[in-house]
Amino acid sequence: MHSAVFLIEFGAIILALGLLGRFAGRFQFSPIPLYLLAGLAFGEGGLLPLGASEEFVAIGAEIGVILLLLMLGLEYTANDLVSNLKTQYPAGLVDCTLNALPGAIAALLMGWGPVAAVVLAGVTWISSSGVIAKVLGDLGRLGNRETPVILSVLVLEDLAMAVYLPIITALLAGVGLAAGSLTLAIALGAAGIVLFIAVRYGRLISRFVSSDDPEKLLLVVLGLTILVAGIAQQLQVSAAVGAFLVGIALSGEVAEGAHSLLAPLRDLFAAVFFVFFGLHTDPSSIPPVLLPALALAVVTALTKIATGYWAARRAGVSVKGRWRAGGALVARGEFSIVIAGLAVAAGIEPSLGPLATAYVLILVIVGPLTARYTQPIAGYVGGVLARRRTPAAESVQVPAPRDTAEALDGQDAADRS
Amino acid sequence: MPASRLSRTPLPGIGIRYDLTTREQQRLSVIAHRDGARTLSAYRSDDPDECALSTRLSSGEADALIDALMPSHHSPTLLHTTDLGLVAERVLLSATSHWNGRLLGETRMRTETGVSIVAVLRRADAIPSPAPDFRLAGGDTLIVIGTREGVETAATILGRE
Repeated sequence: MHSAVFLIEFGAIILALGLLGRFAGRFQFSPIPLYLLAGLAFGEGGLLPLGASEEFVAIGAEIGVILLLLMLGLEYTANDLVSNLKTQYPAGLVDCTLNALPGAIAALLMGWGPVAAVVLAGVTWISSSGVIAKVLGDLGRLGNRETPVILSVLVLEDLAMAVYLPIITALLAGVGLAAGSLTLAIALGAAGIVLFIAVRYGRLISRFVSSDDPEKLLLVVLGLTILVAGIAQQLQVSAAVGAFLVGIALSGEVAEGAHSLLAPLRDLFAAVFFVFFGLHTDPSSIPPVLLPALALAVVTALTKIATGYWAARRAGVSVKGRWRAGGALVARGEFSIVIAGLAVAAGIEPSLGPLATAYVLILVIVGPLTARYTQPIAGYVGGVLARRRTPAAESVQVPAPRDTAEALDGQDAADRS
Repeated sequence: MPASRLSRTPLPGIGIRYDLTTREQQRLSVIAHRDGARTLSAYRSDDPDECALSTRLSSGEADALIDALMPSHHSPTLLHTTDLGLVAERVLLSATSHWNGRLLGETRMRTETGVSIVAVLRRADAIPSPAPDFRLAGGDTLIVIGTREGVETAATILGRE
């Protein structure tokens, strides 16, 4: 009887997600906000409280996080990470400073204490690589010169997650300084060793995992990942980081094969994860945090634009491309929710979950729009400012004809840039 | 004619971008996605950082495009069905060919490459479905059908002097 109720509930959830996903696809936007909203609707205080499937959804959500991070690791080779770290670390530092600080400051202003501040810093810091990669493809910008800059910022953020997640895992567990440092040392050591091994002996690991038969490859990769994630969790390092490192260690054909095999699983469990997060957020708790979320979204959208602008300028991209890079980076998504999910599970500040939900809902919808319109708006504003300046300059001195021609040329250049 | 150089830019998580700047300073790029798809981009002349055209091609479509772009294609393709991945080509036996006077069966074409030789064109007539005991002669044109790799290998085998 119990199992029948569970099947009905779980089936209804998945079906609803599928229909929502189709709806999102029709309007060309990410289904993440709809999944979150679905979770809100099903959850406590929502329209349809669930009972029987709660436990399964919780486990599914954990697997969802593990698969999200595994797939992220599979996307990159260890060489990608190391070379990006070597050449782009200033962009990563600027990104971290500009975007993590507003979150931390907001949490402190609201009097949530230092641990929540570190968590919220992560929520506002990490852009959504999934949403951004899709938007770049949709806008036909994959070939643009600013795209490698955008991607390298994303790579650095994902690499930073490998350090950041163990830190908040330790903080949330409330361990002391000594134990926390040990955890961090383990995490950093493990990350370093995995990167080293993957760069040197990536082929050997891949050969061990490799299999011509998709079924066996799926089982081996999935088993290995969940096992490593479990061990990482046991060592207080964070399951997600373990999964990410497994993804990094696998390379070449194995990574390609595993990627295509695991993508459907990832989609299923990641959707379950977003629903789970929504389930644990009481819809009535969202309106009170809506204003802070909106303010935070506006501030961190601007800081991301500044980050992208700066990083693209550093790479020698033209002004238009700099604005495009900035606008593209605005979207936050799955990882902000992953980070907030850890905090919610640990049960610190009760308003954190609703705030993160509202924040991500805003930015996952606004992100694709800023990606599209930041550059035209910046160009228009720049043009207006240039036109304002030119008459002012002319009133000061009557230019000789040759100067007028030059001024016009300059005007053209301003319009072009 | 020196080979043009393509510069490579890795796009982490997406693939690799190959850039080509033509003699007329027009920039083109091809992004090789990891799933085998390709994105062909051409850049705007007023903003060299932005694409005016950006088209995603499936691997089959990319194949068809390569066919049209190949300047030194050794024989015109008669039929190219992207969805089946089959290619039909004419392969000419030279007068000094290794196969001149030998039997078609000796080429072990089907075993080696999996392609079928569906017809032989000799002067003005066509011999459909030649049997293995068919004697080849220099100057024959063979119509072969098979996978792209198979047909390439077949052309190599038939090209033996």
